Amino acid sequence: MATTHEFEAKDTVARAAVVSRAAAQDQDQLQGETMVLNMGPSHPSTHGVLRILLELDGEIITKAVPDLGYLHRGDEKIAENMTYTQFIPYTDRLDYLAPLANNVAYSLAVEKLMGIDGALPPRCQYIRVICCELARISAHLLGLGAFAMDVGALTVFLHTFTEREKVYNLAESLTGARFTTSYTRIGGLSRDLPSGWVAACRRFCDEVVVNFDESEKLLTRNKIFLDRTRDVGVISAAMAIDYGLTGPNLRGSGVDYDVRRARPYLVYPELEFDVAVGSVGDSHDRYLVRMEEMRQSVRIIRQCLDRLPGGADNATREPINIPDGKTVLPSKDKVLTSMEELIHQFILVTQGVNAPPGEVYFGAENPKGELGFYIHSKGGGTPNRLKIRGPSFVNLSILPALLPGHMMSDVVAILGSIDFVMGEADR
Amino acid sequence: MDSIMDFIYLHRELVMGLVKICAVLAVLLPMVAYSVLAERKISAFIQDRVGPNRVALPLLGSVPVLGPFLTRLGIWQPLADGLKSFLKEDFTPNYVRKAYFWLAPAIALIPAFMTMAVIPFGSYIGTEKMVIADLNVGILYTFGIVSLGVYGLVLAGYAANSKYPFLGGIRSSAQMISYEIAMGMSVIPVFMLVGDLNLGKVIQHQSGGLFSWIIFQQPVAFFIFMVAAFAETNRLPFDLPESETELVGGYHTEYSSMKFALFFMGEYSNMIASSAMMVTLFLGGWTLPWFGLNANAPAEGGLWIGIAHIGIFLAKVLVLMSIFIWVRWMLPRFRYDQLMDLGWRRFIPIALANIVITAVILYLKHAP
Repeated sequence: MATTHEFEAKDTVARAAVVSRAAAQDQDQLQGETMVLNMGPSHPSTHGVLRILLELDGEIITKAVPDLGYLHRGDEKIAENMTYTQFIPYTDRLDYLAPLANNVAYSLAVEKLMGIDGALPPRCQYIRVICCELARISAHLLGLGAFAMDVGALTVFLHTFTEREKVYNLAESLTGARFTTSYTRIGGLSRDLPSGWVAACRRFCDEVVVNFDESEKLLTRNKIFLDRTRDVGVISAAMAIDYGLTGPNLRGSGVDYDVRRARPYLVYPELEFDVAVGSVGDSHDRYLVRMEEMRQSVRIIRQCLDRLPGGADNATREPINIPDGKTVLPSKDKVLTSMEELIHQFILVTQGVNAPPGEVYFGAENPKGELGFYIHSKGGGTPNRLKIRGPSFVNLSILPALLPGHMMSDVVAILGSIDFVMGEADR
Repeated sequence: MDSIMDFIYLHRELVMGLVKICAVLAVLLPMVAYSVLAERKISAFIQDRVGPNRVALPLLGSVPVLGPFLTRLGIWQPLADGLKSFLKEDFTPNYVRKAYFWLAPAIALIPAFMTMAVIPFGSYIGTEKMVIADLNVGILYTFGIVSLGVYGLVLAGYAANSKYPFLGGIRSSAQMISYEIAMGMSVIPVFMLVGDLNLGKVIQHQSGGLFSWIIFQQPVAFFIFMVAAFAETNRLPFDLPESETELVGGYHTEYSSMKFALFFMGEYSNMIASSAMMVTLFLGGWTLPWFGLNANAPAEGGLWIGIAHIGIFLAKVLVLMSIFIWVRWMLPRFRYDQLMDLGWRRFIPIALANIVITAVILYLKHAP
């Protein structure tokens, strides 16, 4: 299609610019208009406040720009103004689907800074592992349900929610809170397992496995679900590594990387579990990886419950905290009767633990990926700088490369399979 | 007084027609309301929930056993839902195209009601045939009217002047037009078997026992018709025009209050209409092959049989409605291109093959 243009340009350079602009316009006319669609920040399937600017050609996406920050709270700056212990409740609100795992990751980071991460009593380590895996099951159940709901299968969502309710019940009897658990302390735990908790946890393990099977029956070989997820949002292994993906999204692409194996912490080296790895890297693989991870989590929890030092009711009075009054709050009866403990209590509450100067990075395998804490300390009870590596934030960075070429309906399938949580992406 | 009787006598057709229309609407509208309740209760059952169980009427609720029982069934929920729809603010955004915006819900709802006109919902009561309009081209009328329904959705998408409804409108037009072709083709073998387009004749053809029901002679046609009916009524797995997780609400995103409720009613009355169509075409209509219920009710003393026929028809419709609801809560949603692929590349060829095979068989049967 040839068109004549009249140019009003003085010199050749300006003329060239006008010509190229006119040519670009012709090109645009040939391709037709694209529509810019604003998806989010309040949209049923952006799981919180993710906003994506989509450029659509018909139903095909030509460009996608994620826009984050709607849930920014300045957590990292807040951390600089309080003691290490005071920041634990803020970690509940990072990945708010797995607060227990966040508590553990943060405490381990601070303990690594203080050089006491190797000295944690075994009972504490086992309980922390149980917490992490419970959180993983809970987060994956929600991710799975939301994924299924996004592609239209609402029933799966409600089935998985029923199971999550049981995790919340366990968390409630363990920590006193269902959602904002704040369970760990620097150098230990806020309290030991309540009586009957181990039995309840075993019962949950038996029940949740049935639910996995039910959900799988509804989805895994469902023709429509396969159509919607197979070869949709394919992330190659190289691409996944380039964009720094971690967690199930990375393993779905066939990269065998699990922080629990690569840089083990707590008692993970002693436990038997398999790392689920996908092959193609499409949405269906990511779904299968999560499914298998939950089964492995159940396996880990069962092993931990079996090996728990001190048993269910801690008959042998195994410690759950580091026996150091300068790190962990002493028991209340001692505070009221003994001078030394009173001073410890006073110093810990007013100034916090005395961390040495230095810097440390600790990453833990959280449900969404590697949750990392980088702490720079100048000594004393507060961090000089605390950087949080939120896996959801990093995982979302692949969207501009992943979405173009897919259809509008695939966006929700891909978002569901990437399984992010905005509390962690915007800290 | 005499003049009124004279009028009724002279315009018997007209008066009876009006009476039947009122009767059908009086059944249809509560059915729409209660199929919403059924949807909620069945979905609750599937999802391990309780479902609506709170709404109680002031006086009936305090009747000892019955009151709490009905409340737990959620019997009064449709009343509350309806009232709520009327009381909500009827918000019209100021960027919409007003005329179309107001017109669209009505256009979505009316065709669904009009389809019911040609469906024989019973045999005879007295000497009166239980169908509003006994047309000779019943099925053509149905398809003509059903095609109008798509205008409601397209107009809604266009009138809202907003992007998500726009996408929903485009999807609905493409989807409904494609599946109409498959649907239309799937019923051609039925009429080849029956040899008539009148729906009454179709039912008569099926009155010779259970296996004379056309579903057993034309299972493929039934299957295609049923899937196409899911697509035509925008039900999951084909609810792309609406698909709340992608397009927020699709074509009715910008609607609120009673205008939204009209779309909702349109969807459910469409479901009822297509269930009724399926019952008529494939499942023997108002007949039942036992107890002599497959013959017309006699004019004298056949009142109860006539009523039983209506009951049988409604029961069959309810069974199909439950299937509609059940499927919705068990399956994920198709993608737009997959849906088109299914319609054009699978169902239309199968329907065509079905026509040819039926024609060949019929020719061989009747060949001299």
